[in-house]
Amino acid sequence: MTQPVSPPRDSTDKVPEAQPPAWRGLMARADVRTLSLLGVLAVLILVGGITKPDEFLDTRNLQLVLTQASVVGVVTVGMTFVIISGGIDLSVGAIVALASVWATTVATQEYGFAGILFTALIVGVGCGLVNGVLIAYGAMVPFIATLAMLASARGLALQITDGKTQIVTVPSVLDLGERDAYVLGIPPLVLVFAVVTVIGWLVLNRTTFGRRTVAVGGNPEAARLAGIDVRRQRLYLYLLSGLCCGIAAFLLIVLSGSGQNTNGNLYELDAIAAAIIGGTLLTGGRGTITGSVLGVLIFFTITNIFALNNLQSDVQQIAKGAIIVAAVLVQRRTASTT
Amino acid sequence: MAPEPPLLSMSGITKSFPGVRALDGVDLDVQAGEVHCLLGQNGAGKSTLIKVLAGAHQPGTGEIRWRGEAVTLRSPIAAMRLGIATIYQELDLVEHLSVAENVHLGHEPTTAGFVVRGKAAKESTSALLKRLGHAEIDPARLVGELSAAQQQIVSMARALSHDVRLIVMDEPSAALDPDEVDNLFRIVGDLTATGVAVVYISHRLEEIRRIGDRVTVLKDGRAVANGLPAKTTPTREVVALMTGRNVEYVFPDRPVSPPPGEPVLTVRGLSRAGEFEPLDLEVRPGEIVGLAGLVGSGRSEILETVYGARKPTSGQVLVDGKPLKPGSVRAAVRAGLGLAPEERKAQALLMLESVTRNVSVSSMSRFSRGGWIDRGAELGAARAATRELSLRPDNPSVPVRTLSGGNQQKAVLARWLLRGCRVLLLDEPTRGVDVGARAELYAVVRRLADEGLAVLLVSSEVPEVLGLADRVLVLREGRVVHTAPARELDEHRVLDLVMEGSPAS
Repeated sequence: MTQPVSPPRDSTDKVPEAQPPAWRGLMARADVRTLSLLGVLAVLILVGGITKPDEFLDTRNLQLVLTQASVVGVVTVGMTFVIISGGIDLSVGAIVALASVWATTVATQEYGFAGILFTALIVGVGCGLVNGVLIAYGAMVPFIATLAMLASARGLALQITDGKTQIVTVPSVLDLGERDAYVLGIPPLVLVFAVVTVIGWLVLNRTTFGRRTVAVGGNPEAARLAGIDVRRQRLYLYLLSGLCCGIAAFLLIVLSGSGQNTNGNLYELDAIAAAIIGGTLLTGGRGTITGSVLGVLIFFTITNIFALNNLQSDVQQIAKGAIIVAAVLVQRRTASTT
Repeated sequence: MAPEPPLLSMSGITKSFPGVRALDGVDLDVQAGEVHCLLGQNGAGKSTLIKVLAGAHQPGTGEIRWRGEAVTLRSPIAAMRLGIATIYQELDLVEHLSVAENVHLGHEPTTAGFVVRGKAAKESTSALLKRLGHAEIDPARLVGELSAAQQQIVSMARALSHDVRLIVMDEPSAALDPDEVDNLFRIVGDLTATGVAVVYISHRLEEIRRIGDRVTVLKDGRAVANGLPAKTTPTREVVALMTGRNVEYVFPDRPVSPPPGEPVLTVRGLSRAGEFEPLDLEVRPGEIVGLAGLVGSGRSEILETVYGARKPTSGQVLVDGKPLKPGSVRAAVRAGLGLAPEERKAQALLMLESVTRNVSVSSMSRFSRGGWIDRGAELGAARAATRELSLRPDNPSVPVRTLSGGNQQKAVLARWLLRGCRVLLLDEPTRGVDVGARAELYAVVRRLADEGLAVLLVSSEVPEVLGLADRVLVLREGRVVHTAPARELDEHRVLDLVMEGSPAS
C-alpha cells in the first residue's frame, strides 16, 4: 500500500502573519507548504505594490480585501474539516444563499439583530443536519447528497425571495457593515473570520474532535476498528460546515445590507480550491486550517490586484484555474521528493 | 537428438520487497501439455512467483527462458503476447460489462480500428464458452450477474481468447462446488491434450493427485523440490518438504499449569452464512487460544465477527458472561476487546500520523477534558506503552510509516495496552514481520497473557499457532475439525487435518 509521503504536519502549523522577531522560530517550525504559501502571498503583495503602489497598499484597500475574504474564508474553514474527513460539501454556496434570505425576510427582521443572526445560524445548521444524516446514516455519497442540497436550497431561496432583493432595515446590523465600523480596531467581519480561524485551528489540532476527523479521513476502516463512531463523526462534520455557512450568511447580510437568492454563488468552488491550494488532500486524512486560510487570502489578493489593474473577471477566473493546477503540481513534486 | 527444450524454464529467480526476500533463487520448469502443480504454505512465495511469470512483478535476478529463448517479461501485456495467461484467485473481471466485452477487453475485434464489432465478439465468445463446456452462459449477460463458478469460466475464456500456451491458475477450485471442480478438471484435461501447459496452484493435496503431473514445492522463497511425480510422491514427504524449516523460531515457555478462573471471552454458536459454521470457544485470562487453518478456512472472518466488525448470522459473544451487542465494534471495544487485524496498514494504522496518535486513538477520552486533549499526558502514556513493548525507535513522535513491520505491530498492541483491553484478538500477528523480530513479538504476546490478558490468535503459519498457543482449534472450510492442547499436536498432524480434512481419530 502506498500512501503519499508528505512533510510532517500538525504541530508545525503556525500563525500566518510573520513577525520579524518570530522569523527564526517560524522558519524552524513551519513546514515547507506553509512557507511557500506565505511566499506566494508576499510575491502577490509585491506585485500589487509595484503595479498600483497608491491604490493597492492603501489601508482601506487592504481592509476591503480582508473583509471580502472573510465570507468565503469562514466557509472554507468548515469545508477544510469536511475534506480532511474524506468528504466534500458542494452545498455551501446554496446554504449561504438560503440562510441569508431566510434571515432577512420581513418576519425575521421584526426580531432585530438577534433574530437575523439566530435564523442564519439555525438555517445553516439545519441544512448541515440534512446533509449529515443522509451521508452518515443514509450511506449516500457526499458528492450526491450535497449536490441535491445545492439544488434544493437554491430553489427554496428563490421561492422565499421570488427573485427580489430583501433590504435589511435593522440599524444595528447595518452599522456593522459601515466602512468605519471597527471592533477592537478591526473591521468586524475580519474579526469574525480571525476568531473562526483560530477556533478551527484549535479544534483540528488540540481536540478529540479534530483527531477523529483526521482518523476518519485517513483510514475509515482503521478508525472504525479502533472504536471510533465514524458515522456520528461524519454527521458532526456536516453540521459544522452548515454552521460555518450560517456564520458566512450573516457576514454577507452585514456586508451587503441585504439578502438575495443569488448570494454565495460558486462559494463551493472557491472554498474547495482554497483548501486544495492550502495542501488539504481531497482523499482525506491530511490538511491544515492555516493552509486553507492562506489559500483564501491568495485568491482575494489576486482578485483585488486584477481589479485594480482593470483586468476583468474572465481573466481572474482563468488565473484562478491556473493557480489551482500549479499548486497541485508543486505539491506533488514536494511530496515525491521528501 | 537433443531433447526438446521445456516450454518455460525459470532459473535463479529472486524478488525482494522492502524488508522481505519473497523469492530467493527459485527454479521452475514447465513442459508443454503438462499440469505442473505449485505447492507451498502461505508466504512461501507462490503468489510472487506467478506474478513474475505474469509480468506483473519484475524479478531482481534470474533468467526466464520461453521455448528455449531468454525473454524479459516487462509487463502483463508482454507475457500475454508470448502466450502466458494468468487466472488470479481474485478474478479481475469488470462486473458492469457483458461476458463478451470482458472476454475481449483490450483486444476487441474492430472495424476501421475503433468501431467494436459486437456481433463478432459475441460469436467468438460463444465458441470459447462452448469449448469450455458452458454454452449456457449468454455472452450478452453482465458478468456481475453470474455465479462465482461462471465468472471463473469467463476468466478462462478470456485467457483462451489469446493464443495461449501456458495458463496459470491460482487456487481455481477455492470458490467452486464439487461438481464444478469436476468440470474444471475436465477443462484442464482438454487444454493439456492440445499441448497447453497448466501451472496449477492449490492447497488441496487430493486435487493435485487427481490432475497433477509434476509438483514443485516452495518454502520460504525457495524451491525445495522440483518436478516430483504428483501421483506417487507420499503425502508425508510432501508435507515434510513444505514444513521443514531453516529458521527455528524461539517460542516463549508456557505457564506450567493452565490458568484457572472463569473464561473472560465466551463464544456460543457464532456463525456467518457462507463463511464459517457455528463455533463455540472460551478463552480464560492468561490463556492463548489459537485458530489454525489455511486461507479460506474462515479464520479472519471468525475473529472479525467476534470483534463486531461483521454481523453474525447466529450466536453470541460474551465477555464476563455478558452478551455483547452483535455487529458493534464500539460495544466490543467498550467491553475490553482489542483487535490487531491482518491488514495492519489498511485496517489498523493511520499511516500519515505519528506513533503517539496511532497509539492513543482508542483511548483519547483518557487524555482529554471536554474534548480538549492534554498532549503532554498523551505523549507520556504513549511513551510508557511503547516502552513496555520495547518499540523501536524509542520516540513516539516519529511517523508510524517509518517503522518496520514488527514495530508497527507493536504500535497496534500498544494501542490496546493503553486502552486497558482484556481480550486481545490477533490476526496473523507476524505477517510482514522480519524473522528476527518474530521471537520478540511472541515473547511480548506471552508476557501480556501472563499478565492476565486473554488472547485469541489466528495464523496461517501452523508452527506459530502451535508454538505460541496453549490450546488449538483446527479449522477447515469454516468448520472446527479438531481441538487439542497445543502440546499434543505437531505440524504434520495439523497440516494433515487442514489439507486432507480427515476427522480426528
